Amino acid sequence: MIALMVPSSPTTLVHLSAVDIAIIVFYFALVLAIGLYLRRRANTGEDFFMAGREMTAWIAGLSFLSANLGSLELMGWAAAAYQYGILAAHWYWIGAIPAMLFLGIVMMPFYYISKTHSVPGYLKLRFGESSRALSAISFALMTVFMSGINMYSMALVMKVVLGWDIHFSIWVSSITVAVYVALGGLRSAIFNEVLQFFLIWAGALLIPILGLVEAGGWSNLRLQIAHNASAEYTHLWSTLGNFKDNPMGIHWTGIVFGLGAIISFGYWTTDFLVVQRVLSAKDLRAAKMAPIIGAAFKMLVPFIVILPGLLGLAVLSVKLTGETTAVATGGHSYNEVLPLMLARYCGPGLLGLGITALIAGFMSGMAGNVSAFTTVWTYDIYRALLKKNESDAHYVSMGRWSTVVGVIISIGTAYLVMDFKSIMDYVQALFSFFIAPLYGTVLLGMLWKRATAAGGFWGLLAGTLSSIGMWAWVKVDPSALRYVALSPNARDMAENMYRALWCWIVCVVVTVVVSYMTKPKSDAELSGLVYGVTAIPHEAPVPVYHRPAFWAVVVAVAFIIVNILLW
Amino acid sequence: MKMHEGGISIWFFIGVSLLVNGVLITGAGVWELIHPPTPDKQVVLFQYHTNVWWGALLLVLGLIYCLKYSPSRKV
Repeated sequence: MIALMVPSSPTTLVHLSAVDIAIIVFYFALVLAIGLYLRRRANTGEDFFMAGREMTAWIAGLSFLSANLGSLELMGWAAAAYQYGILAAHWYWIGAIPAMLFLGIVMMPFYYISKTHSVPGYLKLRFGESSRALSAISFALMTVFMSGINMYSMALVMKVVLGWDIHFSIWVSSITVAVYVALGGLRSAIFNEVLQFFLIWAGALLIPILGLVEAGGWSNLRLQIAHNASAEYTHLWSTLGNFKDNPMGIHWTGIVFGLGAIISFGYWTTDFLVVQRVLSAKDLRAAKMAPIIGAAFKMLVPFIVILPGLLGLAVLSVKLTGETTAVATGGHSYNEVLPLMLARYCGPGLLGLGITALIAGFMSGMAGNVSAFTTVWTYDIYRALLKKNESDAHYVSMGRWSTVVGVIISIGTAYLVMDFKSIMDYVQALFSFFIAPLYGTVLLGMLWKRATAAGGFWGLLAGTLSSIGMWAWVKVDPSALRYVALSPNARDMAENMYRALWCWIVCVVVTVVVSYMTKPKSDAELSGLVYGVTAIPHEAPVPVYHRPAFWAVVVAVAFIIVNILLW
Repeated sequence: MKMHEGGISIWFFIGVSLLVNGVLITGAGVWELIHPPTPDKQVVLFQYHTNVWWGALLLVLGLIYCLKYSPSRKV
């Protein structure tokens, strides 16, 4: 164990000064202090798992976004921008904004009015115990995998940038997260996520600013990218007419219907990792505003993630490659573009803040996964299937212990994902296994009162199995790609988009067919759960600029404008 | 904007974080102004002394948050 705690120092991108180390140490001390301070505020189940349901729209909204700003957002998408160009921004705009607005305006009232503790908890109310068990178990599996990916990504950054031993990074970060989440529960996770949100922006914002100064502005940047890579790298839509015309090997139908309509809606509206933050809001208006506030800031995230990747194409003298080639040649991989840009512009102090921003991103993502896992495990698996009638204190204690156990399992998965060739593609595959079918089930459950318990369960099961089946089919027979992704030229990203679309359709069709074959619940039983039989509380008479719908329209208009400008 | 009555506001913690980081970064920037590194050890665009003005910005923001959301101040 002692050996694990001694950082090694092979080749590194940067060397930290004393002030950089002081900034990193201060960050760790502060998040632990917050966890310790909030320990006394996490005595009941409502406090520990739902943060007392007292968050303002701003806190819930920033936490909602920050929980998603994990390692994949910062390092993975900067790498994707270097590799695929500005197409990576689709995951921030069409792959997020419409879904976040839909969550706030349409779905949040049902989650909030039902007073559920979790998304599987909603399925229990709407479809019964079997649907809850299926979604809770699949979510718990997905969550610990995601958490492991977060840990691995952070350890990779620490190894590349600072030369720290990969095991040292994994253990230090995971123990810190385990301590502050186990002590303060969801409130501590949310508190730290908002803090991490500010640190991420403070540490990462300088890279695009200084990068644009060096490149000579956006127009010159586009010219340099066209020279160094291809002009296609700076177009958002115009190259999506054919699989062969863009670096990602994807067609616009995959982006619009696979990513925009299924994967993003599935993630942002049913992934409990993010929905849990909004459920902690103090009232319905705050719950509706939180995703809209999150969407407004999500629109800006490409500035600190995608733009550095594009700047890397223009200003870096070294050519980055895939992980395998980088290891074989001793060069730098795509995943190193953000640390390379950080080292390029940031001197003493700023470097420490930039590294802290990366660590904060990783830890907020990890804490989000761990706190969501803890809630689903305790309420939807342990209490529902194993110990039904224990005291509230017993479940809080279980929540604390499951936080620690969840972190330990995540550490195990971190070691597993080290062998995967591409972190991003792997995560997209996981999404399409579990999230896309879940979205079909929840959507029909909320909007169609004829959907029955049997329909919900069999639809969810069929969608999940069909997704895993398609993935396995292409793995066994790569030529099957032409059927799953509609083209033999499609790449991994495109395959994931289409697989999500097909399994969502399977889920919906099976749910509808089985529902028509089985007896529905009465309207009275569905009150508070389904559109049409639920009285949505009217908002108090407030000025138009205080209404969630107004701000949703503002964000939607900005979303349309930015897509047209970068067409 | 407090998380709970009598508790420390989340924004106060953020203020402390920005303030401490601002002080450290500005200090490092001023030190570099007085003792500039050799050209081969300078970052790109070193001439803008980013750590001085960025650190000062964080320091001011942090100070504002600390004062506005101080636990000793009644809301």
